[in-house]
Amino acid sequence: MIKENKPNLSQDEIWREPVNLALFRKPQGKVHVIAERCKECNYCTNYCPNEVLERSTNTNSHGYHYVQVKAGKESSCVNCGMCQTICPDFAIFVTEVQ
Amino acid sequence: MSIEEVHPKSQFLRDERLPHIWCPGCGLGIVLQSYINAAEKSGIRLENHVLISGIGCTARLPGYANLDTYHTTHGRGIPFATGMKIANPDLKVTVISGDGDLFNIGGNHFIHAARRNMDLLVVCVNNFNYGMTGGQHGSTTPPSSLSSSTPYGNIEQSFNLPYLAAAIGASYVARWTVMHPRQFTKSLSKAMDIRGFAFVEVLSPCPPNFGKFNGFSDGFAEMEFYRKNSVVDNEAKLEDVSIDPHHGKQIILGEFVNKRRPSFIELEREVNRRAMVVEK
Repeated sequence: MIKENKPNLSQDEIWREPVNLALFRKPQGKVHVIAERCKECNYCTNYCPNEVLERSTNTNSHGYHYVQVKAGKESSCVNCGMCQTICPDFAIFVTEVQ
Repeated sequence: MSIEEVHPKSQFLRDERLPHIWCPGCGLGIVLQSYINAAEKSGIRLENHVLISGIGCTARLPGYANLDTYHTTHGRGIPFATGMKIANPDLKVTVISGDGDLFNIGGNHFIHAARRNMDLLVVCVNNFNYGMTGGQHGSTTPPSSLSSSTPYGNIEQSFNLPYLAAAIGASYVARWTVMHPRQFTKSLSKAMDIRGFAFVEVLSPCPPNFGKFNGFSDGFAEMEFYRKNSVVDNEAKLEDVSIDPHHGKQIILGEFVNKRRPSFIELEREVNRRAMVVEK
């Protein structure tokens, strides 16, 4: 009964355009951290696919070791937005670098 | 790392109240962010979105959203929302509350709203225990789980919430975890378009209570548990989707029900029209 009610996938959801490698540019992002809001849950450091983030040795005013970008990894962010999506504290976001 | 950095969702948040009250590793912030993203994409004006909650950790959530939000008495989020929707059918009314609020004290309100196919979106954030009062077991605690009031293991069977909602006649039923924020956001967007009763269950870590008692060292350990033990199966038989990790059962996620039946507001309008004809 449930199967009958399944919505059919539209063509937009199935068809994908192949990537044109000549025109494709790897996106680059910049990570912004609002250190005062960070609560050191480590979701962003663990779920960043490029392992761009780490815990700082400094603490914010609440005593949490906030997140920062690893030294030398400033240009490794690909603007996937995973850290922003998984952050429970609205403490991190990414913007695209043109 | 300047303090002037402004979060892109800051216009939907009551920024002055952040950082919020929830523990490190709590998934409620992810639920709030997903709701905000879905509301933004829904095409409904933000003035018409209303967010309602009862009492509990989850019920603090509307306090951080910069919308019309109401923090009602314990378990009575759905009746409040029902009244609001009937009084002004143009509103998109969402109830976000915890498992204790919606199913332990407010269980009757839930089943009757689903029976009427009331035009509401109900999001249950399930953390498997009463988080705010110290981690006592409740109706959603899985069998054999430890909690502060079941130190030798829970002997009760837990609610299978999607099965319950579908059996009563909800129009849309889905389950996700906060480890699946994109799918959850998509599901919320879909549920906002449903005319009728939409129910989304979302599993969330509770690091200092349920997590601590059941061997998860922190929120991340519980998130990893969800990542490794979840299966997405939209066609799953609903009687089998109960959560029972202590007996080797995987957590089944997905959009289980999406069916159309006349909603309360539609039927009410039709009755009103007929009554007007009779009176003339």
